[in-house]
Amino acid sequence: MDNDSFKVAGMSFSSRLIVGTGKYKDFEETALAVEASGAQIVTVAVRRVNVMDPNQPMLVDYLDPKKYTYLPNTAGCFTADDAIRTLRLAREAGGWNLVKLEVLGDQKTLYPNMVETLHAAEVLIKENFDVMVYCSDDPIMAQRLEDLGCCAIMPLGAPIGSGLGIQNPVQIRLIIEQANVPVLVDAGVGTASDAAVAMELGCDGVLMNTAIAEAKDPIAMARAMNLAVQAGRAAYFAGRMPKKLYADPSSPLAGLI
Amino acid sequence: MVNITLNGDPHKVQKGLSLYDLLQDLKLDPGKVAVERNLEIVPKSTYQDIKLDEGDRLEIVHFIGGGKKHG
Repeated sequence: MDNDSFKVAGMSFSSRLIVGTGKYKDFEETALAVEASGAQIVTVAVRRVNVMDPNQPMLVDYLDPKKYTYLPNTAGCFTADDAIRTLRLAREAGGWNLVKLEVLGDQKTLYPNMVETLHAAEVLIKENFDVMVYCSDDPIMAQRLEDLGCCAIMPLGAPIGSGLGIQNPVQIRLIIEQANVPVLVDAGVGTASDAAVAMELGCDGVLMNTAIAEAKDPIAMARAMNLAVQAGRAAYFAGRMPKKLYADPSSPLAGLI
Repeated sequence: MVNITLNGDPHKVQKGLSLYDLLQDLKLDPGKVAVERNLEIVPKSTYQDIKLDEGDRLEIVHFIGGGKKHG
């Protein structure tokens, strides 16, 4: 447990929590929440610069890319081509190969489009990107993505931004069991116990944004998530007791008066 | 002057202006942005050599806060 580091694409991290940097009130709050979460990897979006007002504050001025590993994502992309273009630009802007691929299929559910995701993953891996991939909770699709060379598989626990918690523990566990690369629950976590559940299932990490950013006190929730991920990981290693149908007294019955 | 499209909007620049000069004019730090020209990534090392042409379509992007979808 002491040397339990999270490894992805040849890099090693002590934190197993990855946080998004969207939806916060301002950059100050973003920076404080990221700090409290203990996360070492943060997801960032790639967007057009406002050329009319170049003096607007920039994220890099608040979250030092030397201190945090920026994980550019393709949030908002609905086709493989858009996702590929976005990540090529991200690599040029940042200068690193580690990216998060996410191709959405539907505005209402934000469910991943796996056909486009597979296509994009194939192209990006040929171009030497290290691809962490957001995907459906389908073990067959997860295996295909791993076979293509994705460096982390990230199935949703529930729809993006829903905060419903881990709705699919059976599928998540199947994906973890078969995978030879890290598996992270990406999307669906609502509160600390959800993060702990994901980690108790044996996930290598959890990625979240809304659960922290839309909490009443985002910085306090970031701290809670930090602890929950650590607690869940510790419980996974400890090995939970078997579930029983009936009571089992903790105090010995012998010697009762 | 030549007409280009900059982040989706029409823009006029001096003929022969380099991409590097354009970023300077826009007060953008070349280290913090990435540029796509006519759907091709422009390597940072070539900003000085790229001369803007009539009809060029430029996308200049940077990192912003983003988690899922709402980016």
